[in-house]
Amino acid sequence: MRFVDEYRDAETARALAARISALCEPGRRYTFMEVCGGHTHTIYQHGIEDYLPEQITLVHGPGCPVCVIPMGRVDDAIHLARQPDVLMTSFGDMMRVPGGDGSFFDSNAEGTDIRMVYSPLDALNLARANPDRQVVFMAIGFETTAPSTAMTLLRAAAEDLRNFSVFCNHVTIVPAIKAILDSPDLRLDGFLGPGHVSTVIGCRPYEFIAREYGKPVVVAGFEPLDILESIHRLMLQLREGRAEVENQYARVVPWDGNPVALRAIGETMRLRPHFEWRGLGFISHSALRLREEYARFDAEERFEVPGVRVADPKACQCGEVLKGVLKPWECKVFGTACTPETPIGTCMVSPEGACAAYYNFGRFTRTRVREAVAGR
Amino acid sequence: MCLAIPGEVVEVGVGRPELARVEVSGVRRTVNVGLLAVPPAPGDWVLIHVGFALSVVDEAEARATLALLEELGQAYEDELAALAGSRID
Ligand code: SF4
Repeated sequence: MRFVDEYRDAETARALAARISALCEPGRRYTFMEVCGGHTHTIYQHGIEDYLPEQITLVHGPGCPVCVIPMGRVDDAIHLARQPDVLMTSFGDMMRVPGGDGSFFDSNAEGTDIRMVYSPLDALNLARANPDRQVVFMAIGFETTAPSTAMTLLRAAAEDLRNFSVFCNHVTIVPAIKAILDSPDLRLDGFLGPGHVSTVIGCRPYEFIAREYGKPVVVAGFEPLDILESIHRLMLQLREGRAEVENQYARVVPWDGNPVALRAIGETMRLRPHFEWRGLGFISHSALRLREEYARFDAEERFEVPGVRVADPKACQCGEVLKGVLKPWECKVFGTACTPETPIGTCMVSPEGACAAYYNFGRFTRTRVREAVAGR
Repeated sequence: MCLAIPGEVVEVGVGRPELARVEVSGVRRTVNVGLLAVPPAPGDWVLIHVGFALSVVDEAEARATLALLEELGQAYEDELAALAGSRID
């Protein structure tokens, strides 16, 4: 495969790795966060850490949309699904996410009708096909997904559908990054910026990270060489004392994002004053809800939503994992009580979640081997 | 749902201007291309996320992305199955 080799060439990877090593200052440690679950996946799958000098540590960020939904919102969705005539719809990834009182699958076993859809447009179709039901779409996701919900709302409005609403749980990545930067637990040296989110929001929203926090950001592609090249660029910035936003993934990410998508979001949604993130707690202006003009499509307006708050299970350390403070395998229940089949925390549910990625690839990283030996 | 899957546009304006037929892993699907500032043309590759084309990419990028996705195994299979079950119009 000619095309793929371009992004995978082992020799180029080794050359990049050598240049990264050469940029390491003796005695200094470097910690970079990859914000996006897609990057986490590439890093494990291709053993990127094995290419890197020991001084460099990669930690996983909060960029897995399923992982950050708090249990209370799952319970709220189940409450909605229990209302008369409601047909609840959701992406497949949400079905196994545990709420305080079980998952959507568990709830269906007790009689609710929560169906998996691939696209919000499928939920719209279900509304057209079932005029006697109230179809609710549980919207989740970062700015990558919010435009799709927004476009679906515009369509619903154009058709004046009376039996369609959205339970909006869209979150925005920048306030989460800021919360992590402000948290005293972790000292980061730079970020691999998310790929797909940036196709929508562009690179400018990360500029405050460079300006106010003095940390470099490189928006990265998903290929192994993309990640290595992005780490190289971060190292170069640090070596040269720069802190800037760079776009390594310019072949897909426009610097200013996607204006059509941003307009659709702006037209239908507004920022919530605050929103609870699993493990991270309440973060101001970090999530979206529908604008007043779209209140008739807002499940939170149409129905009574209890606003359940549930503390995460004691055993669960997803918050620490989402902040990058703990590696997934350091969670006490990892791989024992918590597996993809019986997830306790959300990071184990989605294949993009850090715990699931670790579990599926069973990677014993250098640190893990070292610490396993030390702990013996 | 986190995945963005590459597909090749085979027909534009199916039923409505913002809909296009796209071939993904040998299967033709209707997707919404209304988020693209410039409407795609047949032969263009797009990255599809939850039924919407998010961006136009070149063929090299599309093939590389496909290779990455195929390595995902089950997660990619599930996404394709979901896409196959979807009816966008
Ligand atoms: S192993 Fe399970 S409980 Fe522990 S952090 Fe990961 S998902 Fe959460």
